[in-house]
This record gives sequence, structure tokens and C-alpha cells, in this order.
Amino acid sequence: MMQHKSLFYTLLLVALLAAPFIGYPVFLMKALCFAMFACAFNLLIGFTGLLSFGHAMFFGFAAYVCGHAAKVWGLTPELAILAGTVSAAGIGLVTGWLAVRRQGIYFAMVTLALAQMVYFICVQAPFTYAEDGIQSIPRGAFLGVLSLQDDRVMYYFVLAIAVGAFALIYRIVHSPFGQVLKSIRENEARALSLGYAVDRYKLVAFVLSGALAGLAGATKSLALGLATLTDVGWQMSGEVVLMTLLGGMGTILGPAVGATVIVAMQNYLADLGSMVTIIMGATFVVCVLVFRRGIVGEWIYRTTRRDEHSESHSA
Amino acid sequence: MTDFFGVPIQALLGQLMLGLVNGSFYAILSLGLAVIFGMLNIVNFAHGALYMVGAFFAWMLLNYAGIGYWASLVIAPLGVALIGVLIEKTMLQWLRQLDHLYGLLLTFGLALIMEGIFREFYGSSGNPYELPAVFKGVFDLGFMMLPKYRIWVIVMSIVVCFATWYLIEKTRLGAYLRAGTENPQLVQAFGINVPLMITLTYAFGVGLAGLAGVMAAPIYQVSPLMGSNIIIVVFAVVVIGGMGSILGSIVTGLALGLIEGLTKVYFAEASTTVVFVIMAIVLLLRPAGLFGREK
Repeated sequence: MMQHKSLFYTLLLVALLAAPFIGYPVFLMKALCFAMFACAFNLLIGFTGLLSFGHAMFFGFAAYVCGHAAKVWGLTPELAILAGTVSAAGIGLVTGWLAVRRQGIYFAMVTLALAQMVYFICVQAPFTYAEDGIQSIPRGAFLGVLSLQDDRVMYYFVLAIAVGAFALIYRIVHSPFGQVLKSIRENEARALSLGYAVDRYKLVAFVLSGALAGLAGATKSLALGLATLTDVGWQMSGEVVLMTLLGGMGTILGPAVGATVIVAMQNYLADLGSMVTIIMGATFVVCVLVFRRGIVGEWIYRTTRRDEHSESHSA
Repeated sequence: MTDFFGVPIQALLGQLMLGLVNGSFYAILSLGLAVIFGMLNIVNFAHGALYMVGAFFAWMLLNYAGIGYWASLVIAPLGVALIGVLIEKTMLQWLRQLDHLYGLLLTFGLALIMEGIFREFYGSSGNPYELPAVFKGVFDLGFMMLPKYRIWVIVMSIVVCFATWYLIEKTRLGAYLRAGTENPQLVQAFGINVPLMITLTYAFGVGLAGLAGVMAAPIYQVSPLMGSNIIIVVFAVVVIGGMGSILGSIVTGLALGLIEGLTKVYFAEASTTVVFVIMAIVLLLRPAGLFGREK
């Protein structure tokens, strides 16, 4: 099984390396950024059991900070992205500190409300340029040397960040810390009674998830050269929930798959206007009613069940 | 002219009045959310969308069928309640055994669908709803002008809220409802049709949202986006007040509307965020909410 896994990841990486010669690099970059965003979100809902309905605040705010840093301060791309990520971590620390005081449904409402506050701050703050957003953000040159102007070069830069983020999430989930998070998801009261400082674990998970969502947003603003109010609005928070739900909550790769599907859908259906909203809403409803495992979750469920089945046969 | 901390008293009273009107809508909407949450244990994300649908029903009745405000006040909420019955019977009832978060996600999807449909047909801009003739004009109190319709909204919403409170806290039906919230199995064993009660509760809760929508139609532009704009603030109101108490949500809703109005006068930039700031403070001092109890 272990060998299967590493073989699978190797093949996936090869496919991603070859992708910009087959597909459209800008679309691929967008998909990678949203995949990162959804995987970061999944760290919270899938592995800690906390539904944040405000993740756009990290994604969007980091996009603004990164865009501002690259365009106005003239920072190199890696430093601009770092600035965005750190700002998201800061917001995560403050909002998480407030939000972990409530559980379940209230947690979702609190995060949604706090994100709306960040949204209104972005509407009014001068550096976001309100309705226009920050436009034509320069990609700059990596470490001041390698120009990222070319879409394919930029793609590999984004891919490197995405692989790094994914490896980090994989590491977190499979660490002892990740085990504690899962125990909180399964039974918070028991985790507490075993002596774990549950609230502190939740807060760390929230900050990590927020920072990684910020990394995704910052990278996106450089890749597409744009940071707007759409990135920080509540619809974006809903979108990332949908991506994760569709791909499979609590699976490692599911959110990335879900993100790719949704980004592709938005790309192809862009002309349909508000039909996209209706289709996304309908996808939500269908997923919740009959497809709660998501694409990857369903796949895992079927393959492992078949394995068990054949094992019981051979036994 | 008299000033109050550097603001003409008329402007101040005018804004407070407007705040109270907003607060009336917060109160009715958060009341509906609380009623639904009590019985079904879900947070109805579609509440804002159904409020919008209520406003649109009133607008459509007037513009397509020539049916006026008074009849709309009854027909539109009933229409919305019917949608509620449909939602509960076909979807929500299958989620009863699952984590409460799924109810939130499902209703979020429904909100997107409803908003998308109305945007598809009516665009994002607002449609004005003409005020009934009775409500045109103002009462001149000498020191300030009171637009008649705003008075009506405030009085009406207070009546609706207290009627709901009375229904739930003081009548036999309300007693069944409260008992059903505490222990549905036992109530079912006493021969009361709990699933029916749940459906009716949901229909009643969203019917309230529809009613708020009709009342809002002449004040705000009837637009597909009006629901999502208000629902997030209402969520903050609910977090501040706690969903445990009916009276709590009424008081919190009205109070926050007033505070918002005051902020608009003295510190306009913060008027969109003040409710969220208050929510943060309440979370720090009383995490369960002002009227809530830890569950």
C-alpha cells in the first residue's frame, strides 16, 4: 500500500510538471492556488472538525497585502508572498482566539461574522482601491534574479509553493499534533479529559490553516496579477467549503480535486453569469444530501471496501 | 437649533429611528432563526434568501397581479412558508441524524440557488416598491419628522415578536414545542406528531422571514442581494444574544439596530463593522452570549 502511495504521488508530480505544455498555464496556476486554499481549509474542517465560514478573510487579505508589497513597496515575489502569509497568520491569531470560544454552529457563525468585518475593512481601507482592487500586480523576479514574467516559469514557481504547502499539510496531519487534532474532531470532551489543552490545539490549527490559506491567496494575486473584493467576500468562503465538500472532507487529496473541478466549472461556465451561482448551490445541496463523502472519499470508501471484501474471501 | 454632542438633534433622532427600523428586521429575523434552531437544531442559512423571496413575492404581487400591500402581508409570508414546508419535507428531514453542520451547508446551498435564480431574472439592481398611500407622509412632532411607514414597521415588528413570544411561552402549542425541543422521543410517545411539528416550526420560522421581507420592500430596494447583506449581520446578532431565549433575540436585535444608527451619526466609517466589534467583545466577556446558556 505504501509503495502504491509513493508511486501515485510520483506520477501526479510528473503529470503536474508536464501540465503547462498541454494545458493553459494561467488556468493551471489558478487551479493550484485554489487547491492550496482548499487543502488549508480542510486542515480545519477535515482534521479538526471545525467549520470555518470565513476563510476568505485569510485568502483575500493576504492577496491584498502581497499585491501591495509587490506593487507599491517593490518587494521580490517570495518576500511579497511571505508578507501576505504572515498577515494572514496574524489575522488567524486574533480571530481564532475569539472564535475558539464557541463550538459547532456558533464557531461557523463567528468566523463568518469576523470575515465580514475584515471585508468591510477592506472596502474602506485606502490601499485596496475599493471596487477596482489592486490591478496589474507585477510578478517581479524570484530572489531578484529569475524573472517570472513568462507564464510557464511562473507556473513552476507556483507549483513549487503548492508542493511545499501540500507536503507541510501532509506532515501536520500525520504528526502527533495531527493525531491530537483528529481526537478533538472525534470526541472533544474526551480529548479534554485526557489532559489536552483543546482550545490551544484548535487555535494553533486555526492559525496554521489561516496562514496556508493566506499563502494561497498571496500566490494567486501574483499569478493572476489581481487582488479584489471578490477574494475576501463571503461567497469565497462558501466556495472553499464547496470545493472541500465536493472533493472529500478529511481526505488528503480531496480538496485539491474539488478545487480543480470547481475552478474548471467556473472557467467553462463563466458566460452563464448567475447560472454559475445556481449550479454551485445545487452542487452544495446534492453533496450534502447524497454525496457526503465527496469524490476522493467515495473512491477511498469503494476501494477499501473491495479490499476488505476480497480479503474476507481469501481468508 | 439644539445640538447633541455636535450633531443636530433632528439628524440624531432621524438616524436612531432608522436604526430602530433596521433593528426591527434584525429582531424578526433572529427570532425566526432562534425558533428554527430550537426545534431543528440547524442554523438556517437560507433565512436571508427567504427574506429576499418574501420581498420579491410582494413586489411581484403588486406589479404582476395588482395585489397591494395589505394582501401581500398575508400572501407572501404564506408563500414563503410553503417553500419552507417543501424544503423541510424534501431535504432537511433527511439530515436529522447527521452533524448539525450539514444543515448549515445545505441551507447555504439553497440560499445560493434562490439568490442565483432571482439574479438571473431581475439582475442585481434594486426594484422600488411603491409605498401604500396610507403610509405616505410624516407625522410632524415639532422637533422632528416621523415618517409614517417607519413607525408602522417598528410597531408591527414589536407586535409580531411579542405574539411569537406569547405563542411559544404561554400557549399549549408552544408548550408542546418547547417539550419537543427538550426531548422529542418522549413527546412523540405522548402521541404528539413531532415530525409534523418540526415541519410547521420550520415553515413558521421562514414565514417570519418572508413577513420581514414584505415589510422591508417599501423601505429598501427589492434586490436579489438584500438577503445575503442582512443575514451575516443577523448571525452576529444571534451570537451576541444567544439563541436560547426568545426575548433575548428581540431585545438584542432592536438594541443593535439602535447602536448601528448611533454609530452612523458619530463615526460613520465604523457603522458597517460595529455589530461585529460588539460580537467580538461579547465573545471575550460572555462567550455564551448575553442571554444564552452553555449547551
